[in-house]
Amino acid sequence: MIASPDLPAWAALLTALFVLLGAGLTLTGSLGLLRLRQFYERVHAPTLGTTLGTVFVLIASIICFSVLQTRPVVHEILIAVFITVTTPVSLILLVRAALFRDRVEGNARNFEWRAPSSERNVTSAPTEDRSS
Amino acid sequence: MSTLVLGWSLVIAQVMLALAMAAAAFRIIRGPRAQDRVLGLDTLYVNAMLLLLTFGIRSGSTLYFEAALVIAMIGFVTTVALSKFLMRGEVIE
Repeated sequence: MIASPDLPAWAALLTALFVLLGAGLTLTGSLGLLRLRQFYERVHAPTLGTTLGTVFVLIASIICFSVLQTRPVVHEILIAVFITVTTPVSLILLVRAALFRDRVEGNARNFEWRAPSSERNVTSAPTEDRSS
Repeated sequence: MSTLVLGWSLVIAQVMLALAMAAAAFRIIRGPRAQDRVLGLDTLYVNAMLLLLTFGIRSGSTLYFEAALVIAMIGFVTTVALSKFLMRGEVIE
């Protein structure tokens, strides 16, 4: 016997759908964290979990508790607002720290922005000097 | 019937979130550099917060919500403090 709250059918199905969506998106983001190759690529992946995954799980929680208590329960919005505000701040700080460490060690040139090949000088090799 | 569907989908969601936490923990253990480990920790606490929310839906009590809120706040402070440490070598200047 699997414990689950006693909801009417529409609320149970909606909650199940949103929980599965949120968990699947979070798993996708974490797998991206596991599989991408560079740090600056890996920073992007978990934000799938912190935006869409969190929002879907919180919507499921709002539906579940609002139906259970027969009144609107919206305190989950606190978590949504907090995560939405704090994730960019912490990740910007983290990426700036990582870029600082790479610049100190002198291997930041592999990660810096590079003009598309149409704008670059055609004769320049990939090992062009970008010491500016 | 719909209760059964909800119960099984909660089980599947919890397994998915546990796998996501395992991926983040693997990145913490394996991560080539310190910033990878900090990023793994950031992902780990968000996944743990979502797992607590699914436990809250399953049990029908709002106690888990407060635990999730506390985890979210402490995780933000943790990531900022570790980033400051990576940047400067000390947390409080």
